[in-house]
Amino acid sequence: MLLWVLVVLGLVAFVFIYYINRILILSNRIENSRSQIDVQLKKRADLVPNLVETVKGYMKHEKGVMEKVTKARENMLKAKTTEEMDKADKSLAGALKTVFAIAENYPNLKANENFMMLQEELSGIENKIAYARQSYNDSILLLNTLVSTFPGVVFAALLGKRKSKYLEIEEKEKKPVKVEF
Amino acid sequence: MRKANIQDEIAVNKLKSAVLIVFVVLFLLFIGWVLGEVYDPTMAYFFLALAGIFSFFFVFYSYYNSDKIVLRSVKARPANKKEHAYLMNVVEGLAIAAKIPVPRIYVMETDAINAFATGRNPENSVICVTTGMMKKLNRSEIEGVIAHEMSHIQNYDIRFATLVAVLVGIVVILSDMFRRNLWFSRGSREEKESSSSVLLIVGIIFALLAPIFVKIVQLAISRKREFLADASGAYLTRYPEGLASALEKIAKEEGIIKVNGAVAPLFISNPLKARQISNLFSTHPPIEERIKVLRGM
Repeated sequence: MLLWVLVVLGLVAFVFIYYINRILILSNRIENSRSQIDVQLKKRADLVPNLVETVKGYMKHEKGVMEKVTKARENMLKAKTTEEMDKADKSLAGALKTVFAIAENYPNLKANENFMMLQEELSGIENKIAYARQSYNDSILLLNTLVSTFPGVVFAALLGKRKSKYLEIEEKEKKPVKVEF
Repeated sequence: MRKANIQDEIAVNKLKSAVLIVFVVLFLLFIGWVLGEVYDPTMAYFFLALAGIFSFFFVFYSYYNSDKIVLRSVKARPANKKEHAYLMNVVEGLAIAAKIPVPRIYVMETDAINAFATGRNPENSVICVTTGMMKKLNRSEIEGVIAHEMSHIQNYDIRFATLVAVLVGIVVILSDMFRRNLWFSRGSREEKESSSSVLLIVGIIFALLAPIFVKIVQLAISRKREFLADASGAYLTRYPEGLASALEKIAKEEGIIKVNGAVAPLFISNPLKARQISNLFSTHPPIEERIKVLRGM
């Protein structure tokens, strides 16, 4: 009798530990994915002064665009929450897109080695951000499935874990870029 | 679901690698024993011990240096930020998507379109592409190919495949040496006892079997895992068409890369054959079929 009690208790403990651990591991993974996004967002912001410096001599008539870029970067550096950061980055990304679209009209700028390098770097970062967001959502999907199905839902309640919100991911840019002046 | 699959693949690949290592050690011990019996039966244990020591160091060395051996054999050089900015960005991006550390990146100077991944685990992994690939494929195609290689790394395909390439590569050399020795020592042995002629026959059979054995192992690593890596790769980029159209270009290609037969199965498409004709002994699945599967996703 005592043996059976012990076996059952052991099993319960095992299940308990397994699910609690699983939830914690998956939450950690979400945090890691989030910090991956932030790292890339920061890298993008860090390249902005370089870009402004490179473009300055060429784009004399489009001061407004560069100001937008600089402003967006400042907002980003000021951002405290991830929501603020994402929002600031969105306007930064938009402004950068405009810069590169306008650059098409400046053959000299396009041929500038520094500019080409920055363009490659920034489009690489854009890509990495997209992948980091995708990976973030993948992590959230795993946790959400766990905490919304039985028996995970019980342990989630114990830990006070709820479903997390997905990041909105824009469709991969295949359409031509709209240029705003 | 997807994750469970990958965990299964990882477990299977680790197990297969362990089995392979055990198998190779036994194989080498067997060679040691045969050699001992042939040359001097009283020294059989000595030969066995020698083979044991050799196989231990050999397996140990191969396990930790297999990626370097492979890279050296295909004459690859490390990529640099200046020449290969795009390539490095793509690899870094897909490493983020696959949640693994960024692999080291190498390039091979050749016009053929090809790529492979090697290493023993995601922390010690390499992606190598040809310069021809960077020239002839567009960006979404390159991304597709890199994602395919990233999947090989993610699910530990690289460990098993690279170990096979290196350990089997040496088995080929060893069995060659053994065969040559048999012919050389023949005259001197005829005066000796006739019992060793049985061993001689065993040796010949064994030497004849070695290449077939190599072929079978090569088959063991290639066919299904390519489909799996195609699927996981497409899952990473969320754009199967990129890889599909890359494979289409590879299929039309004429380029051959002269590499050691043992490392050929590591590549995304067989580097030794220009056009891919599938049969029982081909090391890679037919490209047309892979394209069809990708387009059907």
